[in-house]
Amino acid sequence: MAIVETRNIKKYFGDVPAVNGVDLSTEEGEFLVLLGPSGCGKTTLLRMIAGLEEPTSGEILIGGQVVNDLPPRARKIAMVFQSYALYPHMTVFKNIAFPLKAQSVPKETWQSKVEWAASMFGIEKLLHRKPRELSGGERQRVALARALVREPTVFLLDEPLSNLDAKLRTSAREELQQFQRRIGTTTIYVTHDQVEAMGLGDRIAVMNQGKVRQLGTPQEIYHEPADTFVAGFLGSPPMNLVEYDDTIVGFRPETFLPREVFGVQDDLVAFQFKVTRIEYLGADRLLYGFLGGKLADAHVISRLPSTVTASIQQGETYEFVVQAKDLKFFDKETGLRTGPRPL
Amino acid sequence: MPAVLRRLKRLGARGSHFGIVALFTVFAAFPFFWMVVTTFKRTPDLMNTKNNPFLFNQPPTLEHLRVLFFDTLYGRWLWNTAFVGVLVVAITLLLAVPAAYSLARLTGRGGEQLGIGIFLTYLVPPTILFIPLARVVSNLGLKDSLWSLILVYPSFTVPFCTWLLMGFFKAIPRDLEEAAMIDGYSRFGAFVKVVIPLSIAGILTVVIFSLTLVMQEFVYGMTFISFASQYTVSVGVPTFLVRGDVYFWGSLMAACFIASVPIAILYNFFVDRFIAGFTVGAVKG
Repeated sequence: MAIVETRNIKKYFGDVPAVNGVDLSTEEGEFLVLLGPSGCGKTTLLRMIAGLEEPTSGEILIGGQVVNDLPPRARKIAMVFQSYALYPHMTVFKNIAFPLKAQSVPKETWQSKVEWAASMFGIEKLLHRKPRELSGGERQRVALARALVREPTVFLLDEPLSNLDAKLRTSAREELQQFQRRIGTTTIYVTHDQVEAMGLGDRIAVMNQGKVRQLGTPQEIYHEPADTFVAGFLGSPPMNLVEYDDTIVGFRPETFLPREVFGVQDDLVAFQFKVTRIEYLGADRLLYGFLGGKLADAHVISRLPSTVTASIQQGETYEFVVQAKDLKFFDKETGLRTGPRPL
Repeated sequence: MPAVLRRLKRLGARGSHFGIVALFTVFAAFPFFWMVVTTFKRTPDLMNTKNNPFLFNQPPTLEHLRVLFFDTLYGRWLWNTAFVGVLVVAITLLLAVPAAYSLARLTGRGGEQLGIGIFLTYLVPPTILFIPLARVVSNLGLKDSLWSLILVYPSFTVPFCTWLLMGFFKAIPRDLEEAAMIDGYSRFGAFVKVVIPLSIAGILTVVIFSLTLVMQEFVYGMTFISFASQYTVSVGVPTFLVRGDVYFWGSLMAACFIASVPIAILYNFFVDRFIAGFTVGAVKG
């Protein structure tokens, strides 16, 4: 186990910054998720930690040691690739034993170590097969077993679930989390999928344009976004962002509800909401429409859980409210979070 | 009757499929058949235009083989060809494999252009190069020595094979090498343990291709070597079995057949390797 730290790390491809000054530090045994849209630099950052890319400047520390000049093999890390990168000419057994062979681990111990790693993922029966004879889920487990067998100090996972179908992804997510908790190895996990990030991460680093926009627990990231990017990236549908004078006001669709849902409370902020479209999603209703009054013509979304039975008609205007504590304010220029102010 | 129609359609499809395969088989096998028949035919049978050329009209004979092996240095030429071939293949692999890997992986975008540039040198024909190269060979004191061919042949095998191998190396996902590098190997180690085994089809292609080029090369062999004992098959056979306008057809065909059989066998052994989608299952799919 080890702490991974990056200090003002930068990576330029030509003149284009892929990673632009990232300071990040994991905790011991933590599951840290790097989350961001494609092209935000998360994979490049992971590859620099792995030693597959050389940073343009900055330092990478693993277990307190600067590893910038160490080749990948000397960093005591294991990585699972998006494509799994199984060696197609080797059986599953040989794939898993490959890191042991590379590190000159005595041959007598291979059998027991491979069996141990395989048993962690329930793939003992597949050891004699070739990768092409495996399903996507099985390949992913083999890749994980291969990463585990050498008992690394850090796991680096690059979107390992993105090639699985939706159903399998849910169960694989659960398995992955249980497995990480059990072995307690520091893990850095790259994904563009916010559900994965929220579900798996002890902490999430939200990245955009080569920078970490916010680092925090899933709750912090969701409820207290540091800027408009984070606010707009997380949540489905994302936070409503409405311009008001020199600020941007944000509120989550699920906090934007009809007046009658709340009893008599004094911290409510009311809006006129003209509903233009209704989507019925089973568990929820999504209401699309425009605000009236001082926030005129701002397009917003409300998400009503099925427990809210209020009758809403398309084309009508209703009084909707948000609790004052659920309103977030951002600077219009910088997009950064500012203190609350009266509306 | 859609069922009958479907059946007919299927039969038709199968029929044309087999027809095409049969056509190509005949096309490919006919030269071998012709060589074998001619090898064992008596000369009067061969020369009589009234005879059916596809059959033995007179009893077969071993006379042509006797001429080939006892009246010429054919055995020696075979040995020379094999000697030059093996060494040229070794030199080609030694140069082309690292060159192709570097061009495919390490030189960024310039690699592609450089690869094409290298390939273009292959297109300069020996008929232009043999005169300057003759000077080089003679200055090096290699005239009349097989070593002159061992030196010069890589000048056309290396560029082509480099270009060929580049394609194979590019087809191997980078992830595999990177995984091997994280698993504990250096780049070179990853290359040896992962890239080479996966490009075995390409390497075999290079071996066979180089060998074939060496066996058929004529201009350099003719120019650099003037002793019969140092000839390769491709020079020795036409030099000694075509005297003026007298062609020793039987022996000529025997010589060609014997020289082509090892290559044909090699091809057949590894044909699966050439075709097999070797990286299936390596990445998602």
